[in-house]
Amino acid sequence: MSHAPLAAQFIADRPRATWHDQTLWFVRSKRDKAAQALPEWEELRECAAAIKAHTVAHLADYLEQFERAATNRGATVHWARDAAEHNEIVLRLLQQHQVRRLVKSKSMLTEECHLNPYLERHGIEVVDTDLGERIVQLAGEAPSHIVLPAIHKKKEDVGRIFHEHLGTAAGATDPNYLAEAARHHLRQKFLQADAGLTGVNFAVAETGGIVVCTNEGNADLGTSLPRVHIASMGIEKLIPRAQDLGVFVRLLARSATGQPITAYTSHFHGPRPGGELHLVLVDNGRTAILGNDEFRRSLNCIRCGACMNTCPVYRRSGGHSYQTSVPGPIGSILAPARDPQTHYDLPQACSLCGSCSDVCPVKIDLHHQLLSWRRELAQLGFLSASKRLGMQAMSFVFQRPGLYRTAGRVARWLVPKLPRALVYNRFNPWGRQRELPEFPRQSFREQLAARRRRGQSHER
Amino acid sequence: MPTVGLFIPCYIDQLYPRVGLATVDLLERAGFRVEYPEDQTCCGQPMANTGCTAEARPLAERFLTLFGGFDYVVAPSGSCVAMVRCHYDEYLAGRPGFDELKAKTFELCEFLVDVAGVAQISHRFPHRVGLHQSCHGLRELRLAQSSELVAPAYGKAQQLLQLLDGIELVTLARPDECCGFGGTFAVAEEAVSCMMGEDRIHDHETAGAEIMTANDMSCLMHMAGLIRRQKKSLRVMHIAEILAGYPV
Repeated sequence: MSHAPLAAQFIADRPRATWHDQTLWFVRSKRDKAAQALPEWEELRECAAAIKAHTVAHLADYLEQFERAATNRGATVHWARDAAEHNEIVLRLLQQHQVRRLVKSKSMLTEECHLNPYLERHGIEVVDTDLGERIVQLAGEAPSHIVLPAIHKKKEDVGRIFHEHLGTAAGATDPNYLAEAARHHLRQKFLQADAGLTGVNFAVAETGGIVVCTNEGNADLGTSLPRVHIASMGIEKLIPRAQDLGVFVRLLARSATGQPITAYTSHFHGPRPGGELHLVLVDNGRTAILGNDEFRRSLNCIRCGACMNTCPVYRRSGGHSYQTSVPGPIGSILAPARDPQTHYDLPQACSLCGSCSDVCPVKIDLHHQLLSWRRELAQLGFLSASKRLGMQAMSFVFQRPGLYRTAGRVARWLVPKLPRALVYNRFNPWGRQRELPEFPRQSFREQLAARRRRGQSHER
Repeated sequence: MPTVGLFIPCYIDQLYPRVGLATVDLLERAGFRVEYPEDQTCCGQPMANTGCTAEARPLAERFLTLFGGFDYVVAPSGSCVAMVRCHYDEYLAGRPGFDELKAKTFELCEFLVDVAGVAQISHRFPHRVGLHQSCHGLRELRLAQSSELVAPAYGKAQQLLQLLDGIELVTLARPDECCGFGGTFAVAEEAVSCMMGEDRIHDHETAGAEIMTANDMSCLMHMAGLIRRQKKSLRVMHIAEILAGYPV
């Protein structure tokens, strides 16, 4: 099913859709306050975009520099061409260490690679330790947002899920009680785990270090207790120098949730004593995006989720309506790059309002890229026949001013005379909830001509 | 007297003649000769926004031929002007006269403020008005400061409205959220589009607006469709109608 019918389903529960919209608008408002508190905000955005553009332009060099530096620190670097290779590498590492229980902190990359079901098929227990991710994992769902994975769940929903899976009291909805139950549950999982897997927010080429930002400290617990730490990262996570981190860390949490900084910003420089650190660097289509002038800037993305929070369509259709691991505006650019056959509808799930481009901390011109995707996908043949025919017909008429005037005159004469059922029916999606405009008898050009004739006669 | 080539979007020509006439009045009162090229139809935005560039291209070429010769080109629409200024490059880059065309094409309020220097309007408009910021005027043409950016506030439409005696501009909870029109989006994503429109209307109602106005009639057409179906009392008027002193 494409985005539009899934969005309509989401909106069918109107109070819930309104709640979803208002909850995310609240996050956007918090972001505004946090951004407004920094007079240098726009300069930071410029700076971040420039650093990313530079890094992406020299990505091969920085990747090699990173590999050398990380290896020197005792980490092992693995390269994965695609999702399948990534999953195989992770599984091999886990099998080598006889890992039966894996704890994960937030990693959208492993969602992109569908790592969890792959590992579970191979008999490994995978526990997402980010609270939101754990909620959707227990519910058997995918995250609906990259920073707030369970944002589509109300506290009543969480109460039901925890009652079923964690044995909390039936009907409990108190967030403190539920969070405490999750904390106890997750502590057990941390203690039992044989390995920890984290995502990577930033990898520093100069130092070979990686940085992981969380609000729950779950990445730290998941890597401090087990001996093996696997960190999966897309190759675009690189920045050149440690000093560049200051720019990005200041932008990330403010853009994501309106916090000045995440509660935990954890730096890993090689394995801890007696442990192992494996860094899996994944391409999975990123090089193809890098090679495309039009869409290269989408690799700037630091996965803050601000474009989702501000997107009027995302807020009212929910993350699941996008059917991709990264939803919303940035997801609608990344998904068709990976698989146009499946995701060709996403660039049309947008009113081109441009709010995403203005909110983006790394200045990705998201709405222009969505427009570019529409053109690309139309050229690839992914435009519906009805839309294409409609546009061809409109263009034909608009190239012929006489025909345009006649068509307008006929429509303005005819439509008001038609019985209502002929105008308002299932073939007219405009009219399902909206009236058509009242058709005037005369067009602007006819009225202007009449006025100018009258004006001239007055002068005479 | 400098001559303005009047660029009237197709749907305004056919459906909202009063908006076109108000635009003529405002430009003439500001001291410009107004010429309306009869052969104009549509700028091609619906095709371009759907990805149909082959269908948009001949319309961009016609536009350059029809409007290239004027001192200025003015339209009562941020969206259609944004098509010319921000999206015609794909079709017309390098053509003789194209850079000049981009530099002299203006949205109406922008033209009245920046070129005509309108600093007073004589009539009264004693109403509570909500200003809907149409997205393309806001974030493509930068007719006002968008709420996402950390930069000094300004707004050209607001500046003009405040010249009217007796007007009260209401404060919206979400100052510049999209109404959900979005061209073919309005029908392709009908459910989201209508919910967005209803939310905008609700914001204006809650703020106590009697009249909702905007630089773009397309946003207002979409929201007026919802308002009329739901028999609400909120009225919509294009900003040109208000500035020209047309009755409510």
